[in-house]
Amino acid sequence: MTVVAALVLVLPVAAGTAIGGFGWRRATAWASSLAAASVVGAGIALAVHVVNGHPVTTGRGFIRIDALSAFMVVVVGLVVLVATSYGASYMRTELELGHTDARGARTYGVLVQLFVTAMLLAVVVDNLGVLWVAIEATTVTTAFLVGHHRTRASLEASWKYVVIGSVGVALAFLGTVLVYFASRHAGGADASLSWMALVHTAPRLDAGVMRLAMGLLVLGYGTKMGLAPMHTWLPDAHSQAPAPVSALMSGVLLSVAFYALLRYKVVADQALGPGFSQGLLVAGALLSLAVAASLLLAQRDYKRMLAYSSIEHMGLAALAAAIGTPLAIAAALLHVLGHGLAKAVTFCSSGDVSSLEGTTQVAGVRGLLARRPLVGGVFGLGLVALLGLPPFSLFASELAIARAGVGTGLAWAVGVAFVLLFVIFASVVRLGQGMLLGEPVTPADPQRAGRLLAVPLVTGLAGVAALGVSIWPVERLLHAAAAVVAR
Amino acid sequence: MSDARFVQLLDLATGLVLVSAFVAVWRKGLVAIVRSLTVQGVALATIAMLLGLHTRDLEPVIVALLLLVLKGFVLPAVLLRVVRSSDDTREAEPIVNVPASLLAGAALTLVAYATTTALVALDPSPQTKAIPIGIAVALIGFFVLVSRRKAVTQIVGFLLIDNGIALVALLATAGVPLIVELGVALDVLLAVLVLQVLATRMRAKFGALDLDLLRELRD
Repeated sequence: MTVVAALVLVLPVAAGTAIGGFGWRRATAWASSLAAASVVGAGIALAVHVVNGHPVTTGRGFIRIDALSAFMVVVVGLVVLVATSYGASYMRTELELGHTDARGARTYGVLVQLFVTAMLLAVVVDNLGVLWVAIEATTVTTAFLVGHHRTRASLEASWKYVVIGSVGVALAFLGTVLVYFASRHAGGADASLSWMALVHTAPRLDAGVMRLAMGLLVLGYGTKMGLAPMHTWLPDAHSQAPAPVSALMSGVLLSVAFYALLRYKVVADQALGPGFSQGLLVAGALLSLAVAASLLLAQRDYKRMLAYSSIEHMGLAALAAAIGTPLAIAAALLHVLGHGLAKAVTFCSSGDVSSLEGTTQVAGVRGLLARRPLVGGVFGLGLVALLGLPPFSLFASELAIARAGVGTGLAWAVGVAFVLLFVIFASVVRLGQGMLLGEPVTPADPQRAGRLLAVPLVTGLAGVAALGVSIWPVERLLHAAAAVVAR
Repeated sequence: MSDARFVQLLDLATGLVLVSAFVAVWRKGLVAIVRSLTVQGVALATIAMLLGLHTRDLEPVIVALLLLVLKGFVLPAVLLRVVRSSDDTREAEPIVNVPASLLAGAALTLVAYATTTALVALDPSPQTKAIPIGIAVALIGFFVLVSRRKAVTQIVGFLLIDNGIALVALLATAGVPLIVELGVALDVLLAVLVLQVLATRMRAKFGALDLDLLRELRD
């Protein structure tokens, strides 16, 4: 199993090296999908191994994979698989249209693989310091990906992204340092930043220092997760990045930051009692939902619409984390998986919509379903999934979050959240309806999107729908992963 | 080195870190601002060295060398290149004027002392008592970041935040584990290099490094 654990990190590095060495070709593009598929396979193998509560450790405890880590490896792998499979044809189109050259494509391919490696490192490492380094590395590797198109708007987006992202994450580093400080003064065994060791010393950590630390960590990782009021970079970056990169950033990077918060929540709850992190998370969650609701009302750009929808879904995940019961955490993780896949599919198909229609304005796209059934269908079904309608799994996870919340003292927050969800629902339906069914303003032109391109997207949607019908394949893993956080 | 001498030198060096942050707020010439960062970097390295000598530990000494190279030389050099490549080497009239900025800096220093009482209470050693200075420098960095208009001064703000946090890390824990320290240093270096490249591209595209030009994306 230790070899499998190492493979998780080696595979994307190998794919990146291949692209760097041989350039962006058909073979290397597919090698990156193959690497992602193998990461999913490795993640599933690890999950089967650790689901009974025996974590895999390797590298002298540097890497430690428990059920939560294994679940995140699977989520990252799946979303990367969708995004890189789509990315292969996306880049081919970009090259054909002359939007980028061979050098740009190679840089793109290498950076994507480094970005993926950093995310995977973040979820398998058992050191909260290295976790921080990995998350900051995602900012550095994605900066040029956001600015890939080199337009004024994308340059502006990447500047704001790097400045706000790095400063936010710097706060999380200060929080990490304070946790380390507290653990050095907690007595007992050698102080370290190992999560495992911290969980053991957690009850002895100084409450005053931990309160300050957890506040900074929620602010810092909350920035990366897109929680309001630190979300301002997100709509810019996610709308300007190339579609497969938006898919990765929206689909999993946000969830990786959420994962970091879950790990810290375990430590902070033992040191401070559950009330403190609960308050912070509820505030962030409701504010995010409110921001998403108010800015979706009059949204004119469909990529920004998808970005605000990510803020909404991260808000829901944070709300579930605040509730904190095993059911709520399992629901949050299922939500992370469902949202990751659905958002990746929707962002990828939005890339097709914008390249075919030549605009990212909602008003510029009309009657998509009639004119381009394949692209329109995938985009539309993706929106339906993101709205939380059955049969997609987001329906099940939102329902489970509500059920988990009603029994606790947070019923009021769940109530507020669902009112805001209703507003979001109405806005997205209105926007999506116009795009998909509205009266076409331009005459139909021949379908350019290839069938090959649709395969990963349709498969991704089918996966979200299958999970919505029955969560049996991931059920035990979800409960085991939730048990890591909620005890 | 006696304890009294150690405390004296430590206080001197941390004081220098704070003073150089105020210099960055006070001066308008971008070259002078970058120079103050150099001083701050060297002061940080000195603190790490002092801690290493005091505890007779090797790790802080390695960190000291790392800080000296990175924050004393490399990062200021990168910034100077950004400044020199532009004809415009002065901060435009900041959103908050200089006297008000200096007062804000003083207020932020008080805030830093007020928020860190829990830390000092846990371990009232000379090192811990200097932690508020680190927080103050980070807060001043925030202030610079939000109140200045040039791309270069935003990077300066980012580096002030980073230096402040590095100071807290040094004082609170005599440095986080070395592997983390190396990763952090690499990330900061890369982030600043990325910002430098973006600044170069922005100048090519916008013709200036004024962040007021960044207002295309909004809802």
